[in-house]
This record gives sequence, C-alpha cells and structure tokens, in this order.
Amino acid sequence: MATELPAGVQGAVDTALASLDELPESTDRGRGRGRDFDAPAGWRRVGRYLLLALVSFVVLFPIYTTVIAAFKPSDAFFDHPLLPGPFTFDVIVDAWTAGNLGRYLFNSLVVATIVTVFQVVSAVLAAYAFAFLRFPGRNVFFVVFIATLLVPLEATLVVNFDTVDGLGWSNSYIGLAVPFLATAFGVFLMRQVFLTLPLDLRDAAAIDGVGHFGFLWYVAVPLVRPTLGALALFGFLGAWNQYLWPNLIINETEMNTVQSGLRVLSKSNLDQPNLVMAGTLVAAIPVVIVLLVFQRQLVRGLTAGAVKG
Amino acid sequence: MERSDRTKRSRWREFPLALLMLAPSAVILVVFVLYPLGRAVWLGQQRCDNFGGNCKSQGFGQYVDIFRSTEFQNALVVTVKFALITVPLGLILGVGLAVLADKYLRGIGVFRAVFSSTVATSVAVASLMWLFLLQPSVGALANVSWFNSMFPSVKDPGWLQDPGTALTAVALSSVWAGLGFTFILVTAGLQGIPRDFYEAAAVDGAGGIRRFWSITVPMLGPTLLFVLIVLTTRAFQTYGEVDLLTDGGPQPQDSTTTITYFVYGQNSPIRNDAGLQAGAAVLLFLVLLVLSAIQLRGIGRRVHYGD
Repeated sequence: MATELPAGVQGAVDTALASLDELPESTDRGRGRGRDFDAPAGWRRVGRYLLLALVSFVVLFPIYTTVIAAFKPSDAFFDHPLLPGPFTFDVIVDAWTAGNLGRYLFNSLVVATIVTVFQVVSAVLAAYAFAFLRFPGRNVFFVVFIATLLVPLEATLVVNFDTVDGLGWSNSYIGLAVPFLATAFGVFLMRQVFLTLPLDLRDAAAIDGVGHFGFLWYVAVPLVRPTLGALALFGFLGAWNQYLWPNLIINETEMNTVQSGLRVLSKSNLDQPNLVMAGTLVAAIPVVIVLLVFQRQLVRGLTAGAVKG
Repeated sequence: MERSDRTKRSRWREFPLALLMLAPSAVILVVFVLYPLGRAVWLGQQRCDNFGGNCKSQGFGQYVDIFRSTEFQNALVVTVKFALITVPLGLILGVGLAVLADKYLRGIGVFRAVFSSTVATSVAVASLMWLFLLQPSVGALANVSWFNSMFPSVKDPGWLQDPGTALTAVALSSVWAGLGFTFILVTAGLQGIPRDFYEAAAVDGAGGIRRFWSITVPMLGPTLLFVLIVLTTRAFQTYGEVDLLTDGGPQPQDSTTTITYFVYGQNSPIRNDAGLQAGAAVLLFLVLLVLSAIQLRGIGRRVHYGD
C-alpha cells in the first residue's frame, strides 16, 4: 500500500483538490466585499446595534453568572450574585480537586479520541465499499445501514447495558466507547461525498495499477478531507457530550467522564453554588477551544445534514 | 450510475473486499443498534420480579398495557408539552437571531460568535448553569433582592419546584442550549439565498417583512424542515436536563418525567424492571418513527428544494 502514486493520478488529484478548496467560499454570496443594499444606516444602524447588544446580553446571561460565580470567594457569592466580586482563583482550584476534574477530563479525552478514530475509519471503509465497489446485495446492505438511523440511542441502551456489562466492560474505556464506534450517519455522509468524485479518477488509478486501498488512501481520502474533518469533529463532540450512557455504565467514580462527573459534583455539593459553577466552567472550556479551532468543520458538519435535497 | 460493463462472473469479484470494508461498521451497528432493538422488543413483553430476574412472557399485549398505564401516559403528555414549548420557541428564536445578525455591519462577527456560543455547552454544562440560576435557596436569581420582590415564586417554591412552572423552566434551559445549533444552521441557510432575489424584490417595492415571508422563509424550507425534525427528536429524547434540574419531579405529579426519564431515570417507577423499561423504550422508538414520518410526508412535501 505504501507505494508512490503514478504522476498522472497525482496530477488529477491536485487539480481536484484545488477545485474543492474553492467550494466553501463560492457558497457565500460575496459577503463582506461591499455593503448590502439594505444595510441599516443612520439611526436604524444604531438601533440595530442596540438590539444586537441587548439580545447578546440575554443569550450570554447564564454564562455570565457562571463565570462571575466561579471567580468569586464562596462567602461573597450571596451578596450580589449578578455582580462580580473580589477576584479569586481558589474556587476553580477547589472544584478541580473536589470534582476530580483532571481525571474526568482525561477519561473523556481518551473515550472521545477512541470513538473519533474508529468512527472515521469505519465510515470511510464502508462508504468506499458503497460508493466504489460493485457487489451483489449492495443496495440491501445500504438500506439496512441507513435504517439504523431511525433507531434512537435511548431505545437501545437498556439492552446495551446488559451486553456491555455481560462482556465485563462496565467501568472501562472500551465500555464507554464501544456502542459509538460506528454510525450510519458517518457512512452516509462519506458515501455522499465519495459519489461526487469523478469515476475517471478510479479508472485512471486502476489502469496505473493502483489497488482499492491505494486509491482510497492516496486519492479518495485526501479529496474528501474537509468532510472527514467535519465527521471527526462530530464524532468527538458526540462522544464528549454523551450524558446518559456514562451514567448507566459507570459506577466506579474514578471512571466517570467529565459529564457524569459533573453530575456527581452537582448532586453532592448542592449547597455550594460557586464550587459547582467553577467545575462547570472548567468542564466547558475544552469544547470551547475545540470549536474555536474547528469552526469551519462545525458549520460544514451541521449543514451536511440539512442541504441534501 | 453504471460502472463499466462486467461479466456475470465478476459480479462476485469484489464481494469479499466489500464485506471486509463493511465489516467494522456492520458489526457495531448489528451488535449495538439492531440486536438491542430486537431484544428490547422481546423483553418488552416480559415481566420480571423486583430483582430483575425470573422474567416471564406476558404476550405482546403488555405493550398496550404499558402504553395505557397512567405513568406512561403522564410521561407522554409531559414530553408532548415539552416539545410544544421547545420546538416552536427554539425555531422562532433561532431564525430571529439569524435574521438579526444577517446584515453587513462592522463587528457582526462578534455577535454571530455570541449567538453560536451555546453550541459549545453539553447538556450537563447548560443544565448546571440554569440550575444555579434558578435554584430557590442558593441560586443566583433567588438571591437578588429586586428580582425576588418582582417574582416571589423564584424563591418560594422556586420555578423548578412548582409543578406549574417546572416543565417550562426545564424547557427554557433546553431552548437556550439549542439556540447555537439552530442559529448556525439558519445562518448557513440564509447565506445560500442569492442576494439578487432581495434586491429585485426591493426594487419592486417589497418591504422587509414581505421579503422575509416571500423569499427568506420559502428559500429556507429544507433547513427549517431539518431543524424541525432535529428539535422534535431531541425533545423526545430529553434526559439530562430533567436528571440534573428536577429529577423528574416535582413529586407526586412527576411534572417533568419525560419518556426517556421514565425509562432511565433514578426516580422512575420502573427503574428496576428490565421488561417494562425495554417496553417503554420500544414505545419511544415507535412514537419517534411516527413523528418523523408525519413531518417528512406532511411538511416535507411542501418544502421547496430548488433545482
């Protein structure tokens, strides 16, 4: 598999890659290059800014109260819960220790990474078979795959608990990850994008003696990298944010993910609001960072489900 | 899409490779989606003793019994009410924010980031933020004197503790958490509408409101349908908010026990009965199936997908 690509195939890949890179921009209708014909002017412009600021205040309000509570000494919290108090980092440190957050964040990171890698690999392989291989029963297989999209997670976890517990995987990383290692959504998404690749590409590669795995690795995967990024981001966020499953399968506190760990923190410290708020803030920060870095993949992934006619 | 002519013999040539490539996904989907669904359908007609053992078949009539039980009916009504608050409110607010931020103004990117921000909150993070906003003794709002005198019920009994307001309070937290998702989707949808449509309509004398209803809404059709389905599905799968904010209460009415909380919740009456849990989970699946079918057939038919 580790062979160099023939020059002709490489050229075709480069051309296709270049044209793909232009896609995201061309869907935007030239925003930012000039003013809209109906851009608010004068007082209407001021009014629009005021409205935007007011709505922003409302949207940010729960985050605002969390942040000020997290950096305020415990005894100052009840004086003015909506105003910042004397600044302290102590509560964050307390929450980190009391909530065992370092361990839980690490657990979440391990599980989300396992899930992401397996989801991407399994989706790419299955999608390739559906898009590039001809075999009897292809359509039947595909319909069965897609039909699993109709089954909500909540309908299967009752039995999945027995399965995973029976395998002895309670309180383990593999137990936390295993039900999510493959999704029909991923297969569907990757198949759709593989189908947009020109068939000539595969034929050219075949003529040059490149096998299916070589073609997949050196041609198909590089061409669909943006969608792959979106799929990876979604796999990661989905696993990271999973709440119900860790609560079912974990009963050793050390193995909690950050989500089920937050539950423990809040249920056992209901009388210490700023400790729980500090823990919540710490738990939220990794996702904020991930999203700031991968904004484009987020939008691409979200819209992938919607724009398909 | 025909891929070059092949002889009959070669139809099977790529079969082993295909199986190999499908295997990883297929194994997971069979073991963790299809098998558990089938097994849940079987378990759903069984009745077990208090320790979850000694399960006996009751016949598939047990599904009818579960469906008609007071507890399931309550959970169904709670869930439908919850959806009737969160879906329209989430949709309207999401579209409202997206339209508000869809103007070329200096610094609009900052506002877009703010409106997207709740997409970064997990259900646990969002719920805990709202828990300590609304909690009646230690919550932020209950300890602000002017707010307290304006709305005494925030302290006594507390919005999450009053059977009349608990579900709405949980729904508000859920709508807030979903705002970022809807905003991002609708914003992307808005950017796909050609600018010329608006300019032409404006030249013809159509005002802002007319342009919104005659261009924006129809052109957003597929996006809105998608958001509608996702928000409805999410409403019927609501678990974390209830678990963290109300534990299914206030008791004894179980005012916030959604179907999913009814199946999995710590305070659920069927907590230790695998048969009833599986039965209720299968009913949840059927309800969602019917809802998706209605939404896709009823509304999907009228949605314009462009060319």
